[in-house]
Amino acid sequence: MKQYDLVIIGGGPAGLAAAVSARDAGVENLLILERDRELGGILNQCIHNGFGLHTFQEELTGPEYAARYIDQVRQRQIPCLLDTMVLEISPDRVVTAMNRTEGLFQLQAGAVILAMGCRERPRGALNIPGTRPAGIFTAGTAQRLVNMEGYLPGRKVVILGSGDIGLIMARRMTLEGAEVQVVAELMPYSGGLKRNIVQCLDDFGIPLKLSHTVVDIRGRERLTGVTLAAVDENRRPIPGTEEDYECDTLLLSCGLIPENELSRGAGVSLSPVTSGPVVDESLETSVPGIFACGNVLHVHDLVDFVSQEAAAAGAAAARYLRGERPESAAAIPVRAKGGVRYTVPAAIHPAAMAEEQVIRFRVGDVYRSCCTAVYLDGERVWRKKRQIMAPGEMEQVTLKRADLLQRPDCREITITIEEA
Amino acid sequence: MEQRQLTCIGCPMGCPITVTMENGQIQSIEGFTCKRGETYARKEVTNPTRIVTSTVRVAGGAAPVVSVKTAQDIPKGTIFACAEALRQVVVSAPVAIGDVVLRNVAGTGVDVVATKAVAAAM
Repeated sequence: MKQYDLVIIGGGPAGLAAAVSARDAGVENLLILERDRELGGILNQCIHNGFGLHTFQEELTGPEYAARYIDQVRQRQIPCLLDTMVLEISPDRVVTAMNRTEGLFQLQAGAVILAMGCRERPRGALNIPGTRPAGIFTAGTAQRLVNMEGYLPGRKVVILGSGDIGLIMARRMTLEGAEVQVVAELMPYSGGLKRNIVQCLDDFGIPLKLSHTVVDIRGRERLTGVTLAAVDENRRPIPGTEEDYECDTLLLSCGLIPENELSRGAGVSLSPVTSGPVVDESLETSVPGIFACGNVLHVHDLVDFVSQEAAAAGAAAARYLRGERPESAAAIPVRAKGGVRYTVPAAIHPAAMAEEQVIRFRVGDVYRSCCTAVYLDGERVWRKKRQIMAPGEMEQVTLKRADLLQRPDCREITITIEEA
Repeated sequence: MEQRQLTCIGCPMGCPITVTMENGQIQSIEGFTCKRGETYARKEVTNPTRIVTSTVRVAGGAAPVVSVKTAQDIPKGTIFACAEALRQVVVSAPVAIGDVVLRNVAGTGVDVVATKAVAAAM
């Protein structure tokens, strides 16, 4: 069996940044496994601009952002296997994979970084009534068809869900000559960034119907129409509010789910909130030597934060391989309270944390004029006023190592939202 | 007097901003809650511009299309003309990032450049 110090599962933005960081931290013998025909992951189909403001201080398109990292990987001559599907990761880090040239093969990894990204929630997970014709796509599938394969999936479009990919595709299909009639969103607020609502919908006069959903799908071979209805506060359709739309295409942009089949097989504990691994400050999962970063860990809005997180995972894997383990002292759990849905990391070893540890989280509702706060046991050590927080935008707080070291008996770190 | 309703894109607040115009001159801007909102509204009503991204066909390439963008932002009113012009373009592989695929798109004086490399077909 071939031995590698580090095997990175996935060659998208997370895998690339993790590889660069691990190499720069001294890991010589590493390998990236990518199932697509090229590196770059989802960025290759995200041809719109707005990537990289934090990392490169300029607005790049997805492919340009990917190219910056692919160049860094090539400069370092980090080996990659493309068109290679990982089938299994064992708890002792034996990676089973296959491709057309080598067939089925196994690698023994000293450490593994999970960077498989996320997948879209498909129709089957949404329980929409109606027939099962052609013409129903997730927004990301349509995005790949239009932007990479050169096909237009349809001409008369309804979009369910106002996630960012759905909004971006409303604009994209419009520019390609399709008629996007409406975007329906089940929740009373959009799941997408404000900028995308204005520049992808308002700019083109596409209406956004909040608190609406699809209650019927019609068509035998090909989709011929859908019915929208308003929903009440319990998200149940309100009888009498139905409206029929003729369309040949329905795009679904109804949420992203970290793709963790491999993690589960390796025995990695997953969070029921994020569907991603539970990690500590080093982004190490419950299985020693297996790390996670990017959208497989929790779904991000900005690739810049994926790159940051992945770089941290690469550096942490390098420390692990050098045998620099956190001291035996148990990790302090990080609790999400008062509207905070989850935190990454979910536990912190004070000895292993950086001077300043960023803790990222999402909120469960829209909050105006409030504060985010960090408590160590009962004592507040950090507080910041926030004009507005929304489920669609990732939030963060900063935890200072000094604050924890001053309180060696601290048993619990709490992240919460409180009134200003 | 003409009133323009805008939604600020500066942050998730999405402040509703009302701009009152007369003879193309801004009379008042209301509804913003920070400086960014006012700046955004002023630009949106006087000179709204956008970077346009799309794809164009590739002949003899490893991929059927290549992603492109306007090298600078172009007037919002020229977005559709830009998209239409790009639908007629076919470039020959290989393509490198930054290659100009169309000069002076829709009379804007702005070039459209490739945002991805496409190798020649094997």
